[in-house]
Amino acid sequence: MASASQTAYQAARTGSWWTQVVPVVVILGGFGAYATWRAFEGAYFWAAPYLSPFYSPLIDIHHRYWPYSPALLILGGPLGFRATCYYYRKAYYRAFFLDPGACAVPERKRDYSGETRFPFILQNAHRYFMYVAIIFLAFLWHDAIGAFRFPDGFGIGVGTLVLLANVILLSLYFGSCHSLRHLLGGKLDCFSCSKFGGARHSTWKSLSFLNEHHMLFAWASLFSVGFADFYVRLVSSGAIRDLRIL
Amino acid sequence: MPNVTLRIFRGDRESGKTADYEIPLTPGMVVLDALHYVQKYQAADLAVRWNCKAGKCGSCSAEVNGRPRLTCKTRMDSLPQDKPITILPMKSFPVIKDLVTDVSWNYKVNKKIPAFQPRPGTDWKMWQKDVDRVQEFRKCIECFLCQNVCHVLRDHDKHEEFGGPRFFVRIAGLEMHPLDGVSRTALLKKELGLGLCNITKCCTEVCPEEIHITNNAIIPLKERVVDEFYDPVLRLVRKIRGA
Repeated sequence: MASASQTAYQAARTGSWWTQVVPVVVILGGFGAYATWRAFEGAYFWAAPYLSPFYSPLIDIHHRYWPYSPALLILGGPLGFRATCYYYRKAYYRAFFLDPGACAVPERKRDYSGETRFPFILQNAHRYFMYVAIIFLAFLWHDAIGAFRFPDGFGIGVGTLVLLANVILLSLYFGSCHSLRHLLGGKLDCFSCSKFGGARHSTWKSLSFLNEHHMLFAWASLFSVGFADFYVRLVSSGAIRDLRIL
Repeated sequence: MPNVTLRIFRGDRESGKTADYEIPLTPGMVVLDALHYVQKYQAADLAVRWNCKAGKCGSCSAEVNGRPRLTCKTRMDSLPQDKPITILPMKSFPVIKDLVTDVSWNYKVNKKIPAFQPRPGTDWKMWQKDVDRVQEFRKCIECFLCQNVCHVLRDHDKHEEFGGPRFFVRIAGLEMHPLDGVSRTALLKKELGLGLCNITKCCTEVCPEEIHITNNAIIPLKERVVDEFYDPVLRLVRKIRGA
Protein backbone atom coordinates (compact mmCIF):
# COMPACT_ATOMS: atom_id res chain seq x y z
CA MET A 1 0.00 0.00 0.00
CA ALA A 2 2.48 2.62 1.15
CA SER A 3 4.97 3.85 -1.42
CA ALA A 4 8.02 3.14 0.75
CA SER A 5 9.35 -0.11 -0.65
CA GLN A 6 9.02 -3.55 0.92
CA THR A 7 12.80 -3.53 1.29
CA ALA A 8 12.66 -0.30 3.27
CA TYR A 9 10.19 -1.87 5.72
CA GLN A 10 12.26 -5.05 5.89
CA ALA A 11 15.42 -3.08 6.61
CA ALA A 12 13.70 -0.90 9.18
CA ARG A 13 12.49 -3.84 11.29
CA THR A 14 15.09 -4.09 14.04
CA GLY A 15 15.41 -6.81 16.67
CA SER A 16 15.93 -10.54 16.34
CA TRP A 17 12.35 -11.64 15.78
CA TRP A 18 13.44 -15.23 15.17
CA THR A 19 14.44 -15.59 18.85
CA GLN A 20 10.73 -15.99 19.61
CA VAL A 21 10.23 -18.47 16.82
CA VAL A 22 13.15 -20.85 17.34
CA PRO A 23 12.19 -22.01 20.89
CA VAL A 24 8.64 -22.77 19.70
CA VAL A 25 9.95 -24.80 16.75
CA VAL A 26 12.39 -26.68 18.97
CA ILE A 27 9.98 -27.38 21.83
CA LEU A 28 6.84 -28.14 19.83
CA GLY A 29 8.84 -30.08 17.25
CA GLY A 30 10.72 -31.99 19.98
CA PHE A 31 7.52 -32.78 21.83
CA GLY A 32 5.88 -33.94 18.61
CA ALA A 33 8.79 -36.25 17.82
CA TYR A 34 8.92 -37.66 21.36
CA ALA A 35 5.14 -38.17 21.56
CA THR A 36 5.08 -39.90 18.17
CA TRP A 37 7.91 -42.24 19.17
CA ARG A 38 6.23 -43.04 22.51
CA ALA A 39 2.84 -43.56 20.91
CA PHE A 40 4.28 -46.12 18.50
CA GLU A 41 6.51 -47.77 21.10
CA GLY A 42 3.56 -49.48 22.78
CA ALA A 43 5.59 -50.47 25.87
CA TYR A 44 6.76 -49.16 29.27
CA PHE A 45 3.54 -47.27 29.95
CA TRP A 46 2.59 -48.95 33.21
CA ALA A 47 4.60 -49.07 36.43
CA ALA A 48 2.16 -49.89 39.23
CA PRO A 49 0.39 -47.76 40.34
CA TYR A 50 1.39 -45.30 37.62
CA LEU A 51 -0.08 -45.14 34.13
CA SER A 52 1.49 -42.91 31.49
CA PRO A 53 -0.86 -40.08 30.41
CA PHE A 54 -0.06 -40.94 26.78
CA TYR A 55 -1.79 -44.29 27.26
CA SER A 56 -4.74 -43.24 29.39
CA PRO A 57 -7.40 -44.58 29.11
CA LEU A 58 -5.91 -47.99 28.35
CA ILE A 59 -7.89 -49.64 25.57
CA ASP A 60 -7.43 -53.18 24.25
CA ILE A 61 -4.17 -53.71 26.06
CA HIS A 62 -4.13 -57.41 25.06
CA HIS A 63 -4.45 -56.55 21.33
CA ARG A 64 -7.66 -58.50 20.75
CA TYR A 65 -9.05 -55.98 18.29
CA TRP A 66 -6.15 -53.58 17.72
CA PRO A 67 -2.72 -55.02 16.89
CA TYR A 68 -0.80 -51.77 17.35
CA SER A 69 0.08 -49.56 20.29
CA PRO A 70 -3.01 -48.69 22.39
CA ALA A 71 -1.84 -45.06 22.53
CA LEU A 72 -2.66 -44.69 18.84
CA LEU A 73 -6.33 -45.29 19.64
CA ILE A 74 -6.60 -42.30 21.93
CA LEU A 75 -3.96 -39.70 21.09
CA GLY A 76 -6.21 -38.07 18.48
CA GLY A 77 -8.34 -36.54 21.26
CA PRO A 78 -5.68 -34.58 23.14
CA LEU A 79 -3.78 -33.88 19.92
CA GLY A 80 -6.89 -32.38 18.34
CA PHE A 81 -7.57 -30.27 21.43
CA ARG A 82 -4.06 -28.81 21.36
CA ALA A 83 -3.83 -28.48 17.58
CA THR A 84 -7.03 -26.43 17.40
CA CYS A 85 -6.31 -24.47 20.61
CA TYR A 86 -6.40 -20.71 20.06
CA TYR A 87 -3.02 -20.25 21.74
CA TYR A 88 -1.20 -23.02 19.89
CA ARG A 89 -2.64 -21.77 16.63
CA LYS A 90 -0.86 -18.47 17.20
CA ALA A 91 2.32 -20.30 18.17
CA TYR A 92 2.52 -22.62 15.20
CA TYR A 93 1.22 -20.21 12.58
CA ARG A 94 4.08 -17.95 13.59
CA ALA A 95 6.77 -20.55 14.13
CA PHE A 96 6.10 -23.18 11.48
CA PHE A 97 4.23 -21.22 8.79
CA LEU A 98 5.89 -17.80 9.36
CA ASP A 99 2.40 -16.44 8.87
CA PRO A 100 3.71 -13.97 10.12
CA GLY A 101 7.03 -14.95 11.74
CA ALA A 102 6.59 -11.97 14.08
CA CYS A 103 4.67 -8.71 14.06
CA ALA A 104 5.51 -6.40 11.14
CA VAL A 105 7.97 -8.91 9.68
CA PRO A 106 7.30 -9.08 5.93
CA GLU A 107 5.78 -12.30 4.59
CA ARG A 108 6.11 -13.88 1.21
CA LYS A 109 3.25 -13.09 -1.17
CA ARG A 110 0.91 -16.00 -1.84
CA ASP A 111 -2.75 -16.93 -1.94
CA TYR A 112 -3.66 -16.46 1.68
CA SER A 113 -6.98 -17.82 2.95
CA GLY A 114 -6.47 -17.83 6.73
CA GLU A 115 -8.94 -20.20 8.39
CA THR A 116 -11.56 -20.06 5.66
CA ARG A 117 -10.53 -23.12 3.66
CA PHE A 118 -9.52 -26.76 4.26
CA PRO A 119 -7.59 -27.75 6.32
CA PHE A 120 -7.59 -24.70 8.61
CA ILE A 121 -11.35 -24.30 8.51
CA LEU A 122 -11.36 -27.37 10.77
CA GLN A 123 -10.06 -25.14 13.56
CA ASN A 124 -13.72 -24.32 14.08
CA ALA A 125 -14.13 -27.78 15.62
CA HIS A 126 -12.15 -26.76 18.70
CA ARG A 127 -15.21 -26.94 20.96
CA TYR A 128 -15.80 -30.57 19.98
CA PHE A 129 -12.24 -31.46 20.93
CA MET A 130 -12.90 -29.62 24.17
CA TYR A 131 -15.86 -31.91 24.88
CA VAL A 132 -13.61 -34.90 24.21
CA ALA A 133 -10.90 -33.41 26.45
CA ILE A 134 -13.31 -33.50 29.42
CA ILE A 135 -13.44 -37.29 29.11
CA PHE A 136 -9.65 -37.55 28.99
CA LEU A 137 -9.32 -35.26 31.97
CA ALA A 138 -11.70 -37.47 33.97
CA PHE A 139 -9.53 -40.52 33.20
CA LEU A 140 -6.35 -38.65 34.12
CA TRP A 141 -7.82 -37.59 37.47
CA HIS A 142 -8.79 -41.25 38.02
CA ASP A 143 -5.18 -42.24 37.25
CA ALA A 144 -3.75 -39.54 39.52
CA ILE A 145 -5.94 -40.68 42.41
CA GLY A 146 -5.06 -44.27 41.57
CA ALA A 147 -1.37 -43.32 41.89
CA PHE A 148 -1.93 -43.12 45.67
CA ARG A 149 -2.99 -46.78 45.78
CA PHE A 150 0.12 -48.97 45.98
CA PRO A 151 -0.06 -52.80 46.19
CA ASP A 152 0.55 -52.48 49.97
CA GLY A 153 -2.07 -49.76 50.45
CA PHE A 154 -2.10 -45.95 50.50
CA GLY A 155 1.17 -44.26 49.69
CA ILE A 156 2.88 -41.40 47.96
CA GLY A 157 5.78 -41.77 45.57
CA VAL A 158 7.56 -39.26 43.37
CA GLY A 159 5.46 -40.63 40.52
CA THR A 160 2.28 -39.84 42.48
CA LEU A 161 3.33 -36.20 42.70
CA VAL A 162 4.34 -36.13 39.03
CA LEU A 163 0.97 -37.48 37.91
CA LEU A 164 -0.90 -35.18 40.31
CA ALA A 165 0.99 -32.07 39.16
CA ASN A 166 0.35 -33.09 35.57
CA VAL A 167 -3.40 -33.45 35.96
CA ILE A 168 -3.63 -30.15 37.85
CA LEU A 169 -1.77 -28.33 35.07
CA LEU A 170 -3.89 -30.03 32.42
CA SER A 171 -7.02 -28.98 34.31
CA LEU A 172 -5.80 -25.38 34.41
CA TYR A 173 -5.05 -25.53 30.70
CA PHE A 174 -8.54 -26.89 30.09
CA GLY A 175 -10.16 -24.36 32.44
CA SER A 176 -8.50 -21.46 30.66
CA CYS A 177 -9.78 -22.59 27.24
CA HIS A 178 -11.42 -19.85 25.14
CA SER A 179 -14.22 -22.16 23.97
CA LEU A 180 -15.07 -23.16 27.53
CA ARG A 181 -15.17 -19.50 28.53
CA HIS A 182 -17.56 -18.83 25.66
CA LEU A 183 -19.74 -21.84 26.40
CA LEU A 184 -20.17 -21.18 30.11
CA GLY A 185 -20.87 -17.46 29.96
CA GLY A 186 -19.15 -15.53 27.18
CA LYS A 187 -21.87 -16.27 24.66
CA LEU A 188 -24.45 -14.33 26.71
CA ASP A 189 -25.06 -10.67 25.89
CA CYS A 190 -26.89 -9.99 29.09
CA PHE A 191 -26.03 -11.87 32.25
CA SER A 192 -28.68 -10.18 34.37
CA CYS A 193 -31.50 -11.19 32.04
CA SER A 194 -30.47 -14.83 31.54
CA LYS A 195 -31.29 -17.93 33.55
CA PHE A 196 -28.58 -18.54 36.17
CA GLY A 197 -27.06 -15.25 34.94
CA GLY A 198 -25.36 -14.50 38.27
CA ALA A 199 -23.68 -17.89 38.44
CA ARG A 200 -22.70 -17.74 34.78
CA HIS A 201 -21.23 -14.28 35.22
CA SER A 202 -19.13 -15.46 38.19
CA THR A 203 -18.03 -18.51 36.21
CA TRP A 204 -17.19 -16.37 33.19
CA LYS A 205 -15.18 -13.98 35.34
CA SER A 206 -13.20 -16.83 36.93
CA LEU A 207 -12.58 -18.44 33.55
CA SER A 208 -11.53 -15.05 32.14
CA PHE A 209 -8.93 -14.82 34.90
CA LEU A 210 -7.60 -18.26 33.99
CA ASN A 211 -7.85 -17.39 30.29
CA GLU A 212 -5.36 -14.54 30.73
CA HIS A 213 -2.78 -17.21 31.59
CA HIS A 214 -3.76 -19.67 28.86
CA MET A 215 -0.34 -19.51 27.21
CA LEU A 216 1.42 -20.30 30.50
CA PHE A 217 -0.86 -23.27 31.17
CA ALA A 218 -0.48 -24.47 27.58
CA TRP A 219 3.30 -24.69 27.91
CA ALA A 220 3.35 -25.90 31.51
CA SER A 221 0.91 -28.71 30.78
CA LEU A 222 2.83 -29.68 27.63
CA PHE A 223 6.00 -30.06 29.68
CA SER A 224 4.21 -31.85 32.50
CA VAL A 225 2.49 -34.40 30.28
CA GLY A 226 5.74 -35.15 28.48
CA PHE A 227 7.65 -35.42 31.75
CA ALA A 228 4.97 -37.61 33.37
CA ASP A 229 5.20 -40.05 30.48
CA PHE A 230 9.00 -39.95 30.55
CA TYR A 231 9.03 -40.63 34.30
CA VAL A 232 6.66 -43.59 33.98
CA ARG A 233 8.78 -44.94 31.14
CA LEU A 234 11.97 -44.70 33.22
CA VAL A 235 10.35 -46.51 36.16
CA SER A 236 8.62 -49.08 33.96
CA SER A 237 11.78 -49.91 32.01
CA GLY A 238 13.79 -50.26 35.22
CA ALA A 239 16.10 -47.35 34.39
CA ILE A 240 15.26 -45.77 37.77
CA ARG A 241 13.37 -46.79 40.91
CA ASP A 242 10.45 -44.73 42.06
CA LEU A 243 11.23 -43.04 45.35
CA ARG A 244 8.52 -43.73 47.93
CA ILE A 245 7.87 -40.68 50.10
CA LEU A 246 5.13 -42.12 52.29
CA MET B 1 23.49 16.54 24.58
CA PRO B 2 24.23 13.74 22.09
CA ASN B 3 22.95 13.92 18.55
CA VAL B 4 20.88 11.19 16.92
CA THR B 5 20.06 10.55 13.30
CA LEU B 6 16.46 10.19 12.15
CA ARG B 7 15.95 8.37 8.86
CA ILE B 8 12.54 9.61 7.71
CA PHE B 9 10.50 8.63 4.67
CA ARG B 10 10.02 11.57 2.32
CA GLY B 11 7.71 11.14 -0.63
CA ASP B 12 4.15 10.61 -1.76
CA ARG B 13 1.91 7.90 -3.21
CA GLU B 14 3.98 7.60 -6.38
CA SER B 15 7.55 7.55 -5.11
CA GLY B 16 9.82 8.43 -2.26
CA LYS B 17 12.94 7.60 -0.31
CA THR B 18 14.34 8.05 3.16
CA ALA B 19 16.36 11.11 4.18
CA ASP B 20 18.63 11.48 7.22
CA TYR B 21 18.31 14.33 9.74
CA GLU B 22 20.60 14.80 12.70
CA ILE B 23 18.97 16.30 15.78
CA PRO B 24 20.04 16.97 19.37
CA LEU B 25 18.52 14.62 21.92
CA THR B 26 16.83 16.26 24.91
CA PRO B 27 15.63 14.61 28.13
CA GLY B 28 12.15 13.11 27.91
CA MET B 29 12.05 13.56 24.14
CA VAL B 30 9.56 11.39 22.24
CA VAL B 31 9.74 10.54 18.53
CA LEU B 32 7.04 13.10 17.75
CA ASP B 33 9.14 15.81 19.45
CA ALA B 34 12.05 14.77 17.26
CA LEU B 35 9.88 15.02 14.15
CA HIS B 36 8.74 18.48 15.22
CA TYR B 37 12.36 19.50 15.67
CA VAL B 38 13.11 18.40 12.11
CA GLN B 39 10.01 20.24 10.89
CA LYS B 40 11.01 23.43 12.71
CA TYR B 41 14.71 23.60 11.88
CA GLN B 42 15.52 21.35 8.93
CA ALA B 43 12.53 20.44 6.76
CA ALA B 44 9.56 22.76 7.10
CA ASP B 45 7.64 20.75 4.49
CA LEU B 46 7.81 17.45 6.45
CA ALA B 47 4.24 16.13 6.71
CA VAL B 48 3.31 14.59 10.07
CA ARG B 49 -0.22 14.04 11.33
CA TRP B 50 -0.63 14.75 15.03
CA ASN B 51 -3.03 16.34 17.41
CA CYS B 52 -3.05 15.73 21.16
CA LYS B 53 0.54 14.57 21.82
CA ALA B 54 -0.87 12.63 24.76
CA GLY B 55 -1.62 9.19 23.31
CA LYS B 56 -5.34 9.84 23.13
CA CYS B 57 -6.17 11.11 19.65
CA GLY B 58 -4.57 8.27 17.68
CA SER B 59 -3.25 10.56 14.94
CA CYS B 60 0.52 10.15 15.05
CA SER B 61 0.76 6.44 14.16
CA ALA B 62 3.88 5.48 12.19
CA GLU B 63 6.52 2.75 12.07
CA VAL B 64 9.51 3.41 14.29
CA ASN B 65 12.40 1.05 13.60
CA GLY B 66 9.93 -1.20 11.81
CA ARG B 67 7.42 -1.40 14.66
CA PRO B 68 3.99 0.23 14.43
CA ARG B 69 3.76 2.81 17.22
CA LEU B 70 2.30 6.11 18.33
CA THR B 71 5.21 8.48 17.87
CA CYS B 72 4.00 10.57 20.83
CA LYS B 73 4.30 7.59 23.16
CA THR B 74 7.67 6.33 21.96
CA ARG B 75 10.53 7.79 23.96
CA MET B 76 13.73 8.44 22.09
CA ASP B 77 15.80 7.01 24.95
CA SER B 78 14.01 3.67 24.51
CA LEU B 79 15.54 3.32 21.02
CA PRO B 80 19.14 2.40 20.15
CA GLN B 81 20.96 5.63 19.31
CA ASP B 82 24.14 4.23 17.81
CA LYS B 83 22.46 3.90 14.41
CA PRO B 84 19.77 5.90 12.58
CA ILE B 85 16.21 5.65 13.89
CA THR B 86 13.98 4.81 10.95
CA ILE B 87 10.52 6.37 10.75
CA LEU B 88 8.25 5.17 7.96
CA PRO B 89 4.54 5.73 7.27
CA MET B 90 2.03 2.97 8.11
CA LYS B 91 2.53 0.26 5.53
CA SER B 92 -1.07 -0.89 5.14
CA PHE B 93 -2.41 2.42 3.88
CA PRO B 94 -1.51 4.59 0.86
CA VAL B 95 0.84 7.48 1.55
CA ILE B 96 -0.46 11.01 1.06
CA LYS B 97 2.83 12.72 1.91
CA ASP B 98 5.83 11.70 4.02
CA LEU B 99 4.43 10.16 7.24
CA VAL B 100 0.79 10.97 6.55
CA THR B 101 -1.29 8.10 5.19
CA ASP B 102 -4.79 7.93 3.79
CA VAL B 103 -6.80 5.92 6.30
CA SER B 104 -10.20 6.60 4.72
CA TRP B 105 -10.59 2.92 3.81
CA ASN B 106 -11.29 2.33 7.51
CA TYR B 107 -14.28 4.66 7.45
CA LYS B 108 -15.70 2.78 4.48
CA VAL B 109 -15.47 -0.47 6.44
CA ASN B 110 -17.09 1.22 9.42
CA LYS B 111 -20.13 2.13 7.32
CA LYS B 112 -20.83 -1.56 6.66
CA ILE B 113 -21.50 -2.19 10.35
CA PRO B 114 -25.11 -1.86 11.50
CA ALA B 115 -25.26 0.62 14.37
CA PHE B 116 -26.63 -0.15 17.82
CA GLN B 117 -30.31 -1.01 17.65
CA PRO B 118 -32.24 -1.70 20.84
CA ARG B 119 -34.40 -4.80 21.11
CA PRO B 120 -38.13 -4.10 20.83
CA GLY B 121 -39.57 -3.09 24.20
CA THR B 122 -36.15 -2.49 25.75
CA ASP B 123 -36.09 -1.68 29.44
CA TRP B 124 -33.39 1.04 29.49
CA LYS B 125 -31.68 -0.22 32.58
CA MET B 126 -28.22 -1.79 32.52
CA TRP B 127 -26.19 -3.51 35.19
CA GLN B 128 -22.48 -2.92 35.49
CA LYS B 129 -21.69 -6.63 35.16
CA ASP B 130 -23.41 -6.60 31.77
CA VAL B 131 -21.39 -3.72 30.37
CA ASP B 132 -17.96 -4.46 31.84
CA ARG B 133 -16.84 -6.23 28.68
CA VAL B 134 -18.12 -3.56 26.33
CA GLN B 135 -16.35 -0.76 28.19
CA GLU B 136 -12.96 -2.22 27.34
CA PHE B 137 -13.76 -1.90 23.65
CA ARG B 138 -14.79 1.73 24.06
CA LYS B 139 -11.18 2.60 24.93
CA CYS B 140 -10.20 2.36 21.24
CA ILE B 141 -8.71 5.64 19.96
CA GLU B 142 -8.77 4.60 16.30
CA CYS B 143 -5.04 4.97 15.78
CA PHE B 144 -5.31 2.07 13.27
CA LEU B 145 -2.02 0.56 14.44
CA CYS B 146 -3.84 -2.78 14.75
CA GLN B 147 -5.07 -2.47 11.17
CA ASN B 148 -1.57 -1.55 10.06
CA VAL B 149 0.20 -4.46 11.74
CA CYS B 150 -2.38 -7.09 10.79
CA HIS B 151 -0.67 -9.26 8.17
CA VAL B 152 -3.98 -9.93 6.39
CA LEU B 153 -3.99 -6.27 5.34
CA ARG B 154 -0.30 -5.51 5.56
CA ASP B 155 1.14 -8.40 3.56
CA HIS B 156 -1.85 -9.96 1.82
CA ASP B 157 -3.72 -6.77 0.85
CA LYS B 158 -7.14 -8.23 1.66
CA HIS B 159 -8.73 -4.81 2.05
CA GLU B 160 -11.73 -5.86 -0.03
CA GLU B 161 -12.54 -8.99 1.97
CA PHE B 162 -11.42 -8.21 5.50
CA GLY B 163 -12.58 -5.74 8.12
CA GLY B 164 -9.54 -5.79 10.40
CA PRO B 165 -9.10 -5.87 14.18
CA ARG B 166 -10.34 -2.33 14.79
CA PHE B 167 -13.75 -3.19 13.41
CA PHE B 168 -13.90 -6.56 15.10
CA VAL B 169 -13.46 -4.63 18.33
CA ARG B 170 -16.29 -2.29 17.36
CA ILE B 171 -18.56 -5.21 16.44
CA ALA B 172 -17.69 -7.02 19.67
CA GLY B 173 -18.80 -3.92 21.57
CA LEU B 174 -22.13 -3.98 19.75
CA GLU B 175 -22.67 -7.74 19.75
CA MET B 176 -22.02 -8.05 23.48
CA HIS B 177 -24.10 -5.03 24.36
CA PRO B 178 -26.90 -6.16 26.70
CA LEU B 179 -29.57 -4.08 24.97
CA ASP B 180 -28.59 -4.52 21.32
CA GLY B 181 -30.94 -6.58 19.17
CA VAL B 182 -29.03 -6.98 15.88
CA SER B 183 -26.92 -9.99 14.90
CA ARG B 184 -23.75 -9.22 12.97
CA THR B 185 -22.34 -12.74 12.76
CA ALA B 186 -23.29 -13.20 9.10
CA LEU B 187 -21.62 -9.89 8.28
CA LEU B 188 -18.50 -11.01 10.16
CA LYS B 189 -18.28 -14.28 8.27
CA LYS B 190 -19.30 -13.19 4.81
CA GLU B 191 -18.31 -9.56 4.33
CA LEU B 192 -15.70 -8.78 6.94
CA GLY B 193 -13.78 -12.06 6.58
CA LEU B 194 -13.32 -12.94 10.24
CA GLY B 195 -12.08 -16.37 9.11
CA LEU B 196 -9.07 -14.72 7.48
CA CYS B 197 -7.78 -13.78 10.92
CA ASN B 198 -5.40 -16.46 12.13
CA ILE B 199 -5.21 -14.95 15.64
CA THR B 200 -1.48 -14.31 15.71
CA LYS B 201 -2.14 -11.47 18.15
CA CYS B 202 -0.05 -8.71 16.59
CA CYS B 203 -3.05 -6.37 16.91
CA THR B 204 -3.03 -6.94 20.67
CA GLU B 205 0.73 -6.41 20.85
CA VAL B 206 0.62 -2.96 19.26
CA CYS B 207 -2.57 -1.58 20.83
CA PRO B 208 -1.58 1.56 22.79
CA GLU B 209 -4.77 1.29 24.86
CA GLU B 210 -3.88 -2.29 25.78
CA ILE B 211 -7.22 -3.65 24.65
CA HIS B 212 -7.12 -7.45 24.64
CA ILE B 213 -8.24 -7.43 21.02
CA THR B 214 -7.66 -11.09 20.28
CA ASN B 215 -8.75 -12.71 23.53
CA ASN B 216 -11.70 -10.49 24.33
CA ALA B 217 -13.02 -9.42 20.93
CA ILE B 218 -11.85 -11.58 18.03
CA ILE B 219 -11.91 -15.03 19.63
CA PRO B 220 -15.34 -14.51 21.26
CA LEU B 221 -16.62 -13.35 17.85
CA LYS B 222 -15.08 -16.40 16.19
CA GLU B 223 -16.91 -18.55 18.74
CA ARG B 224 -20.17 -16.76 17.92
CA VAL B 225 -19.61 -17.42 14.22
CA VAL B 226 -19.02 -21.10 15.07
CA ASP B 227 -22.31 -21.10 17.05
CA GLU B 228 -24.11 -19.79 14.01
CA PHE B 229 -22.42 -21.54 11.10
CA TYR B 230 -20.16 -24.42 12.10
CA ASP B 231 -21.78 -26.18 15.06
CA PRO B 232 -24.22 -28.83 13.78
CA VAL B 233 -25.54 -29.60 17.27
CA LEU B 234 -26.45 -25.98 17.95
CA ARG B 235 -28.00 -25.75 14.51
CA LEU B 236 -30.18 -28.76 15.36
CA VAL B 237 -31.12 -27.24 18.72
CA ARG B 238 -32.12 -24.01 16.99
CA LYS B 239 -34.22 -25.97 14.50
CA ILE B 240 -36.01 -27.87 17.26
CA ARG B 241 -36.69 -24.65 19.15
CA GLY B 242 -37.82 -23.02 15.93
CA ALA B 243 -35.40 -20.15 16.44
